[in-house]
Amino acid sequence: MKPPPFRYWRPQSRAEALEGLADMVQQGYQAKVLAGGQSLMPMLNMRLTWPDVLVDLNGLGPELTYIHRDGPALRVGALTRHYMLETDPMIQRLVPIIAQAEPLIGHLAIRSRGTVGGSLAHADPSAELPLLALLLGARMRVESVRGSREVPSDEFFVTYLTTALASDEILTEIVWPVIPPRSGQAIQEYALRHGDFALAAAAAQVTVDDDGAIVAGRLALGGVSATPLDVSHEVFSRLVGCQPEDQEIGQATEAIRDLVDPMSDIHADSEYRRELAVTLARRAVREAWEAAVQAQDRLQPEGEGSQEGERP
Amino acid sequence: MRRLEDPPLLRGESRFVADLNAPGQVEAVVVRSVHAHARLQKIETAEAEKVPGVIGVWTSADLPKDLGPVPVRLSPAPTLLAALQYPLARQVVRYVGEPVAVVVAENRYRAEDAAAKVMVSYEPLRPLMSVGESLDAGPLFSALSSNVVYHRQQRKGGPLPDAATSRRRLSLTFRVQRHTAVPLETRGLLAVPEGERLTVYGATKVVHFNHRVLAEMLHMDPAHLRLVEVAVGGGFGVRGEFYPEDYLIPYLARLLGRPVRWVEDRLEHFHATNHSREQQHEVTVTYDDEGRLWSLEDDIWVDNGAYVRTHGVTVPELTQAMLPGPYAWPALDTRLHVVLTNKTPIGTYRGPGRFEGTFVRERLIDAVAASLHLDPLVVRQRNLIPPHAFPYSHGTSALGEEVVFDSGRYEAALTRIAQLMQQDTIDERKRVARARGRLRGLGFAFFVEKSGLGPFEEVRLVLDEEGMLTVYSGLAALGQGTVTTLVTLVQQQVPLPAERIRVIYGDTDLVPIGYGSFASRGTVMGGNAAYVAARVLRQRILDEAAAFLEASADDVVLDAGGAHVAGATHSLVNYQVLARYARANGRPLETREQFRSHAMTYPYGVHGVELDVDPETGAWEWVRYGLVYDVGRAVNRELVCDQLIGGVAQGIGGAAFEELAYDADGQLVTASLVDYALPGAPDVPDVEVILTEEAPSSRNPLGIKGAGEGGVVGAAPAIANALADAVGAPPEAFTHLPLTAAEVRRWIRPLPQDGVQDLSTADEK
Amino acid sequence: MNDIKGEERVSYTLTVNGTDYALSNLEPRWLLSDVLRDILRLTGTHVGCEHGVCGACTVLMDGRPTRSCLMLAVQAEGHAIETVESLAHDGQLSPLQEAFWNEHALQCGFCTPGMLMTAEYLLRRGSAFSRPEIRQHLSGNLCRCTGYQNIVNAIERAMRATAAEGPETCGD
Repeated sequence: MKPPPFRYWRPQSRAEALEGLADMVQQGYQAKVLAGGQSLMPMLNMRLTWPDVLVDLNGLGPELTYIHRDGPALRVGALTRHYMLETDPMIQRLVPIIAQAEPLIGHLAIRSRGTVGGSLAHADPSAELPLLALLLGARMRVESVRGSREVPSDEFFVTYLTTALASDEILTEIVWPVIPPRSGQAIQEYALRHGDFALAAAAAQVTVDDDGAIVAGRLALGGVSATPLDVSHEVFSRLVGCQPEDQEIGQATEAIRDLVDPMSDIHADSEYRRELAVTLARRAVREAWEAAVQAQDRLQPEGEGSQEGERP
Repeated sequence: MRRLEDPPLLRGESRFVADLNAPGQVEAVVVRSVHAHARLQKIETAEAEKVPGVIGVWTSADLPKDLGPVPVRLSPAPTLLAALQYPLARQVVRYVGEPVAVVVAENRYRAEDAAAKVMVSYEPLRPLMSVGESLDAGPLFSALSSNVVYHRQQRKGGPLPDAATSRRRLSLTFRVQRHTAVPLETRGLLAVPEGERLTVYGATKVVHFNHRVLAEMLHMDPAHLRLVEVAVGGGFGVRGEFYPEDYLIPYLARLLGRPVRWVEDRLEHFHATNHSREQQHEVTVTYDDEGRLWSLEDDIWVDNGAYVRTHGVTVPELTQAMLPGPYAWPALDTRLHVVLTNKTPIGTYRGPGRFEGTFVRERLIDAVAASLHLDPLVVRQRNLIPPHAFPYSHGTSALGEEVVFDSGRYEAALTRIAQLMQQDTIDERKRVARARGRLRGLGFAFFVEKSGLGPFEEVRLVLDEEGMLTVYSGLAALGQGTVTTLVTLVQQQVPLPAERIRVIYGDTDLVPIGYGSFASRGTVMGGNAAYVAARVLRQRILDEAAAFLEASADDVVLDAGGAHVAGATHSLVNYQVLARYARANGRPLETREQFRSHAMTYPYGVHGVELDVDPETGAWEWVRYGLVYDVGRAVNRELVCDQLIGGVAQGIGGAAFEELAYDADGQLVTASLVDYALPGAPDVPDVEVILTEEAPSSRNPLGIKGAGEGGVVGAAPAIANALADAVGAPPEAFTHLPLTAAEVRRWIRPLPQDGVQDLSTADEK
Repeated sequence: MNDIKGEERVSYTLTVNGTDYALSNLEPRWLLSDVLRDILRLTGTHVGCEHGVCGACTVLMDGRPTRSCLMLAVQAEGHAIETVESLAHDGQLSPLQEAFWNEHALQCGFCTPGMLMTAEYLLRRGSAFSRPEIRQHLSGNLCRCTGYQNIVNAIERAMRATAAEGPETCGD
């Protein structure tokens, strides 16, 4: 299990990387972009991929490692490593579901090295960050010599391990919407072992009014289809306007049963994954709603967030 | 007591085989079949040979014409010889991963580059991927008439009760999934030729047997061949057996005249190293209304994989022989069928045959209890072999000897586990759990183990003139604390400080004979040999000291510094002086003793599991894990507990996590540590062990029994029984391993609608 | 290949256990684990799977546990690498190693270097972790011998010993 031979290139700036990548693509070379390497390196070691050139983005670390508040969003550099999200106070306050999900991602050593951009560009439908990106409507900043564009999550994830990234493009930044006021977020998953990819996962965000009635909600599922799946409309159309009893949440999330057709594999069959998705969805919605009610209770005047840092 | 093995391991200074570097060493990579069953048409090596740094590529056509297959070590039976494996496949490949060629290059990177360029043309044949398919198809080997390579029936007692005469009768099918040991260190070898001589590093477990086999296969004078064991990263049965590479690497080293190293990588480990466990049991049990067992019938179907490896039919025979367990069955009839398929061959894995048989029997007992609405511990207690009945035979045999249990106080163990697990108050705990939305279950599994396989083990002790005591042992050390155990036993007779005792093992130049470490025999056989030798040496030292001190030997005492007359420490003569004195008188202080045994010892115990099931997902959490174990006599209680606790984690892996699964084309779909789920630290519970010494073995002077396998064998049925208890499952539930959350969920009866809601509420608290 | 970017051979310096090692003219594909073991001969770092699951190859990079099998050695340039060989000083086992020894936290010892490096990181964090937390933090280090129980015991013991000496001022 040793990587096949390749040329190794470590550009030192974004501009250099984009130009070089464009050149290689134009000349017909197979280039692979290496970030944290926690998914690509195993594939190289197993010789599942044979790139002509390995483009190591870690030289761009100083440029692409950051967590910035930008109005209603957090801008996170693509090379920001998982452990940085796990412990960042701004993340904990403004996109708490990321801090909640991070300990579920792989293991300690994986989070030391793995990057946010790498995880999203790898696009495993069972992984946590793609699920959260879809749930929250995160936008992906994608750059090439042809220009820069922002791709919404629902367009970014195309299918299993496949994104909308063109071969000359690099994911440079992820724009995460900050949690709205009077809102709660929750993620629920079941994996065979701690740190494994989930057999199924559900993530929810719920916003309530002064009375605790739901005014908006989002729900996304992981591990049950080729990309994370947004089922917000189907579930929350029944829940908006009410302070839901458990039974109502249960009935609303039952809709999922007909919406998903998960794959079977050695660890779980389709039927079990479907049932898991329904259960986890109900738990996530309930937990998010409870968090929203709590947030509503201790809601403070606007503007409090501004002390959390402008762009440095 | 701290283990003597540990300091260099903790510093990262121990040398495992992949840590060795011989000057001029080159690296081998094995090219393996990608087909489960195919005719080999052509192997083109020209492109591979052009890769820079490549030294050569070899196929079976390049090996000596008179090369035979790898022979069997245990349980030989004539039909087995038709299905042995050659080091490189000839004409036909029979499992994915079977070696077809070897590449040698200056390093592993280059060797893998070349291996990718070895072009093998296959004519695919139909793969036989289950016992059923193999029974319906023609034989995989032309010398065999069918794929059933071995069959054996064992019976005891009169005619079995039939449906008409038995009041109670239960027939169930059990399945144990294919899984295996997966030591953290993969296999590896370094073969270093020097003139006529050849030294092979990386042997373990059965070093001396492999020495003989390799010398024969290489047509070498055994005196010129040296096998050396270095640090070993776990074995658990699979490591140290003679595999195809154990011939190929030494052969290539001799051919090339330079050191050749081979380190198995993890992906090839899953294909190349022995699998284990895959069995199906079709069981019928009869019993009365009080739960008294009458008879046990079992058709045991063993999926052997493609070849018969060194163990022969050890696993199947042990399954059959040990199946009856601790119960006094009036009648038994078991039929063993060993079937060849197109999978990696099986061999022993810690608790071979007992993991499988204990699961079948102990889950069956709970099924019997459930059918009668009786407490499963009461059913067990009513059927245990009573203390006065030992030695007790079920009339079965394995490993060439009749299984005769030496001693046991089974009911006491049962009482202890019930107390440890607080069985009397479980109903209250169930109510509390239920209020939190969890289904609590408590389950038990009794097991009888075997240990200490003969025929003998030898120890040589030498006390030299530097005052160093050297212990030469025929055992191998795979992490169990063998060195610590041997030193402890020697010190009990000759009380030198541990730093003045060294243990030499696993080196065929320095230790002429040995049987090795397997079948929980190390402490029983090697330990008793050390004990016997140390007693002899002690007496020799006392005699020399008596002569030297002009005292009676009865008055001499030994301590860490030497010998002196009792009550007169000023008379101390140190061991250096004594050794010199003895040698000068032509009586050097050394001895060589054997311990022989033709009957194994039989430890036993009970696993207890308490757990909470999530009624919606079927996932469960550990509440408690208890284990009662009787080891006869313990040499070092801590080391025994270490073995038991580690074994439980492996048992849990086999019960609920691990599976070697194949697809219909014969590809192994769980061939990485991503898909083959070894339990991690958060996945296993703390284990509370009660170690007893109530039933010493009558078959060795120390009264000891082995400890290596009792932790692993009872885990699956204890968990299955706890799950069944939690969800109130019928007898036929949880008869297939692994026990998955999906399977648990299947047996949960639908709760009323508002019940679901209550549970969900409770979950978030 | 005309003006294609990248190198087929690389030279770089690795800083391992405080020592700089100049490496020249190596293929860039060499893994950090292999360079540590086969070139620098620091064989205490073990390789158990080469796909980032078993954790035997865990080293500290800039103080954080990192899989040395999932990094090219050339990528470690400019970073401080610590391996198991750095823990003992002048042959004296560190308190963590002593705790492993006292608690029988190893049997075959193959996973031990990776376990120790992960545990060393936890100790330096200076927090008191509960048993379940310790188990969770060890989820990326597989052991096939001990069942983890004694490893958790050892880490608890080392944490008590460290706490008795006052917390270290080492953060992330």
